[in-house]
Amino acid sequence: MTKMIKGKFIDNLPKIYGIYTGGFLAFIILMSIAESAGMSAKLIGIFFVAFTVGIYALIGYLSRTLQLDAYYVAGRQVPTVFNGMATAADWMSGASFVAMAGGIYFKGYGYMALLVGWTGGYVLVASLLAPYLRKFGCYTVPDFIGTRYGGNLARVSAVIVLTVASFTYVTAQINATGTIASVALDIPFGIAVYIGLASILICSMLGGMRAVTWTQVAQYIVLIIAYLIPVFWISNKMGAGFFPHFMLADEVARIAELESQFGLGTVKNSAADLATVPKGLAGITKAHSSVNATPWAFISLAVCMMAGTASLPHVMMRYFTTPSVKSARRSVGWSLFFIFLLYSSAPMLATLSKLSLMDPNLATGIIGKSISEVQALDWYQNWNQANLMFVSDFNGNGTLDLNEFFMGGKAVVLATPEIAGLPYVISGLVAAGGMAAAMSTADGLVLAIANALSHDLYYKIIDPKAETAKRLIVARVLLFIIGFAGASIAALEIQGILGSVIWAFDFAMSGLFFPLVLGVWWKRANAQGAVAGMLLGLISGTAYLIWVRNGGAGFWGVTQLTFGIVGSLVSLVSMVVVSLMTKAPDAATQRMVDEVRIPSGRTVLGKQH
Amino acid sequence: MSKQAKHWEKTRGLLFVTLAIWFVFSIGIFFFGAEMEASSFRPLGYPLSYYMTCQGSLGIFVILIFWFANRQEKIDEEFGYTEREDD
Repeated sequence: MTKMIKGKFIDNLPKIYGIYTGGFLAFIILMSIAESAGMSAKLIGIFFVAFTVGIYALIGYLSRTLQLDAYYVAGRQVPTVFNGMATAADWMSGASFVAMAGGIYFKGYGYMALLVGWTGGYVLVASLLAPYLRKFGCYTVPDFIGTRYGGNLARVSAVIVLTVASFTYVTAQINATGTIASVALDIPFGIAVYIGLASILICSMLGGMRAVTWTQVAQYIVLIIAYLIPVFWISNKMGAGFFPHFMLADEVARIAELESQFGLGTVKNSAADLATVPKGLAGITKAHSSVNATPWAFISLAVCMMAGTASLPHVMMRYFTTPSVKSARRSVGWSLFFIFLLYSSAPMLATLSKLSLMDPNLATGIIGKSISEVQALDWYQNWNQANLMFVSDFNGNGTLDLNEFFMGGKAVVLATPEIAGLPYVISGLVAAGGMAAAMSTADGLVLAIANALSHDLYYKIIDPKAETAKRLIVARVLLFIIGFAGASIAALEIQGILGSVIWAFDFAMSGLFFPLVLGVWWKRANAQGAVAGMLLGLISGTAYLIWVRNGGAGFWGVTQLTFGIVGSLVSLVSMVVVSLMTKAPDAATQRMVDEVRIPSGRTVLGKQH
Repeated sequence: MSKQAKHWEKTRGLLFVTLAIWFVFSIGIFFFGAEMEASSFRPLGYPLSYYMTCQGSLGIFVILIFWFANRQEKIDEEFGYTEREDD
């Protein structure tokens, strides 16, 4: 009976999510009618966040399960395209959604290395890893390491790297859910973080991977609608082009023209003036489109993000949920396609946002206007109060110069709709999108950590005789503990959202990239080598980070954002040297690797293990 | 050479081609950022360096993965390693 309903559910996915999408669009229209009928902006924001989060919670509840393979790998029946959507939501975090366009806006070309890295990494996922790990049939990434190399030490080492990398990442995501919830619901951040945590746990606790999968698909739909509608709307409203991605060449050229007209880079603010600017805000100091980074700075950052992408467990484990090896491979392509839709829009949003503020020919332009006029603008007052915008007449000439305007990175996504004069309903929609992006990534990360601890540490090492029911209880308790720990650290507000995200990639790359890749592609790799690779990679990468953070000079131009280069090189060298110095893996392991390399036949690990 | 060894040799060959294309568009061209910017080839009117970071490389990666998946499926088929539906 349940089997029949489940089969039916999978067959009806396009219809179910089609109705859901239609319902969401209808909700947006309803809200805009309510707005014109006089509903307050605050109430609209609350409705948007509460309505969408409520739906995710409902999906999470309906997907509850008592089966191991449903809890750990969604029963391995997630269709190719839907897994692509779920992965895209899993992947695109609060940082991608809220901070990426801002990063492009302020840093230009040098920042775009992240876009190239965060997409190029999927080529590595598809060609080096995902199909082979799917064939392996593991529940978690350490499950692969532990079985391929053998021994508890290898398994524990993988759990350690996974926990360090994912935990660094998850605090940033819970922080982002807290930020958005506190703005949209108008409550203090310290409380909003725990409301965010509660919504994250409702989505994942009862149904594990199955629940996270179906909520992530729902979250992708919300976040992509919330990102694309404003980009297209603003572009059309400004008359910049009907399809911004293909039509903003003139606008990009116009920004370059205005940059030289307003003397970008020629006027430097004094340190005393800059000290009056609120913390976290920045002015436009870099050219919008021209090349402003050395090849090595660009390439090293891109390489770290690519290798990190291929080593982050919460992404990899999404490909364990497809019905076949073939669909795992194709699913990577779909994931990247869905990611591409948002990533290719972020530079366009940054362009539209910057031009609308800079161009004196546009009604929204503020550079060159009198300071008092700008300070009287409604939207300026709102965002100044939210601590995301600031102007100051440093040179006392009464007009706003380019170097006298400061903004927070988040404002590009959050404030541009309001600046461009879009109705408030769009701002509510953007808040719902940001919430979806941060929640979906946090869900995937918390689950990745809790599953590794419950499956690899508890079941495989501490209590291999544990029964299914007990294993699932342990998994849920751990999920709760990890989530709570993440929220507690997020509540302390230690690092910015983007910095810690980049570190997570470097940690994952330092410890896991080569042990994973060589596990499939080099039969001679053995347990001793893998343990050396994981631990020495992680330790050396971390040591380099600490050294550079404390004023160390570094070498080869490797910064605190690219320390994964040092970590992964140490990992590669130590893994190869130690493997060659110790005994080759036994015949059974070699056969296992052979088995992984062909798609047909049974998985290496059984359906339930 | 056994059937499986031949299959793996072809698979590895495809990997090298895929990674070579990947290398060009993720790393190779960015050695020449300044040259790309100065280039008179401007896709859709954007400076080439700007275009590649916004859409060009990203789009090529999407196509590359689907192309790779198709080729790999053909290799698996050739050696009879395609999965059965009920696997």
